[in-house]
Amino acid sequence: MLIPVSDLGLVRLNTELPVWHARVNSYSWTAAALAVAEKKGRLVSLWAAEDSGEDSSGLVVSAAYAVQEGLVWLALPVRANHPVYPGLSGIFPVASRMQRAAADLVGVFADGSQDNRPWLNHGAWPADYFPLQQKLSGQEVFTRSQTMDYAFVRVEGDGVHEVPVGPVHAGTIEPGHFRFSIVGEKVLRLEERLGYTHKGIEKRFTQLPPLEAHHLAGRVSGDSTVAYAWAYCMALESASGCSIPKRANWLRALMLERERVANHLGDLGALGNDAALSFGLAQFSRLKEDWLRLSKQVFGHRFMMDCVVPGGVASDVDSTVADRLCRQCDRIEREVLALRRVYDEHAGLQDRFITTGRVRPELATQLGLIGLAGRASGQAIDLRCNHPWMPYDTLDVKMATHRNGDVAARVTVRFEEVLESLRLVRAICTELPIGEFHTGMSLPENAAFGAGWVEGWRGEIFVALELYGIDHDNRIHRCHCHDPSWQNWPVLEHAIIGNIVPDFPLINKSFNLSYSGHDL
Amino acid sequence: MLKIIKQIARTGICTEVAPVCNDALRVEAGRIQQQILDILGKALTIRHVDAGSCNGCELEIHALGNPYYNIEGLGIRFVASPRHADMLLVTGPVSRNMVEALRRTYEATPDPKVVVAIGDCGCSGGIFGESYASSGRVSNVIPVDVAVPGCPPTPTDILQGVLTAVTNRKS
Repeated sequence: MLIPVSDLGLVRLNTELPVWHARVNSYSWTAAALAVAEKKGRLVSLWAAEDSGEDSSGLVVSAAYAVQEGLVWLALPVRANHPVYPGLSGIFPVASRMQRAAADLVGVFADGSQDNRPWLNHGAWPADYFPLQQKLSGQEVFTRSQTMDYAFVRVEGDGVHEVPVGPVHAGTIEPGHFRFSIVGEKVLRLEERLGYTHKGIEKRFTQLPPLEAHHLAGRVSGDSTVAYAWAYCMALESASGCSIPKRANWLRALMLERERVANHLGDLGALGNDAALSFGLAQFSRLKEDWLRLSKQVFGHRFMMDCVVPGGVASDVDSTVADRLCRQCDRIEREVLALRRVYDEHAGLQDRFITTGRVRPELATQLGLIGLAGRASGQAIDLRCNHPWMPYDTLDVKMATHRNGDVAARVTVRFEEVLESLRLVRAICTELPIGEFHTGMSLPENAAFGAGWVEGWRGEIFVALELYGIDHDNRIHRCHCHDPSWQNWPVLEHAIIGNIVPDFPLINKSFNLSYSGHDL
Repeated sequence: MLKIIKQIARTGICTEVAPVCNDALRVEAGRIQQQILDILGKALTIRHVDAGSCNGCELEIHALGNPYYNIEGLGIRFVASPRHADMLLVTGPVSRNMVEALRRTYEATPDPKVVVAIGDCGCSGGIFGESYASSGRVSNVIPVDVAVPGCPPTPTDILQGVLTAVTNRKS
């Protein structure tokens, strides 16, 4: 049994990965959450929307759980005149910020939640303006009276002081605010405030035709453009009951693995640099550039943006090109192995990496750490291994894990994943099935919904898509994109405790979380 | 140490020739004065501001530092504070939550200063446009001298935009 709660009425969706859906009442909503926690399941995402069904004045709160068998999407209708639902943050701490975001966007509030501060609303729009309401165009503009004060948690005591950092940071990174409470150099507490890059992506989705919205999905977080585009297309194809050619799936995986390698190469260089080994940055950034240039030649774009499209992929790869891709993997592999020896034997570098920013496996489980950072803290979660979909079902992906949970472990996992992805790219290029790389697709006549779930380089990316039928011009009712950064940002606050402030850039980089993917 | 030196020797120098400037990228003709160029001379410091981008443009700005583009070899350096900067390199549609921070960064940058907007979003708002959450193009918030389109623009495009902003108009 997926979730041991009676009468949930779960229905298996037509998806490549195992996904079930049910509408529940508030009693089974809470019972299911407790049962999932009991069975060591995880909360993947929590979001809200207006109801597209008969009761169009109502609201719906949704939760997606990862259980052993797959993903369970539960939807709880909530009355608009009393928009309150049983909160989940007491069971899954990771729910807290998602509940605050749902309150800001839809105006639905979690009962029993201890933190009700706005999360995405920084005062640029009124507290009673809920942008995802359908009666609103989303084009409303407000004259901002003043920047809203945010009640950071204060740490008090002898010699404690605060260091505010951001939203504009010292490096070329995305904007966010970090409030450190420190004594001397030691960090007692870090509190993050995000939402600075909120640019209305989820509202924008509802204004785009479903067959074009993959462009937007590919720009939720630029470094994960393939993963998002795939997750969106997977959701659209599942809602439309369309199955894509085998070759298209293989080519999507080829791009996803190339995206993983590109990001890991960049991070390995940056991590060396943050520990004062600029040699590492120069070498890895050179390899990354070589990698991106071949992507440009083969797929027409350095990051493969807009290369995953509804119904398949935008272009094919012929055997000569496949051969070039394989040869590049051989060369990059040789270079990565040489550089790994340099990293491993560099005492100064290892001294900065080992025990820095440690997240022990028990804490990681408790807080729901996932993706690459999770695997470095003993969380054996990788969708390519847990629920291998095509083509991963035949590729036998080897999961990289580590138990130390420090910067060194996150570096090790990156090295191992680069090598594994290079193997996968070669395997895909050699075994690429013959056939079409694209199929035409038509949108469903009636309202429909679908889900996409993909293991991006940072962690699992989830897309929940609800479409109107032909009577509403096949518009998108709601498209919710979930980035693994939602899970991992709060854990970063714990990883830094007891470390020194100058190690924060290194620890932060070792997680390398997305601001844009989180803020939407 | 020997491994590092060997690797450096094996790699050699892979820096490529920098692109030439392109007058078509100029937004406000005449704002860049000879006087500014005289002050900036051959050394330029840049403060990058992500005002709400998807981080695609950031990846390409990072790439400018790799050995192929070797932006530091041209005398151009990214600095940690706007107070040390001659130029602001701004990406993204400006999210409403970043308007204030971007304005303050602009004010903190000493005169004379130049602003280069990067990417389709910085040029026009891109796919995100203007909404309750997005103020759209960078020039809606601060004055822009040069705008570099692309999603994201390649490192060469960005470098060309930067060089255009600090090179006198061809005429």
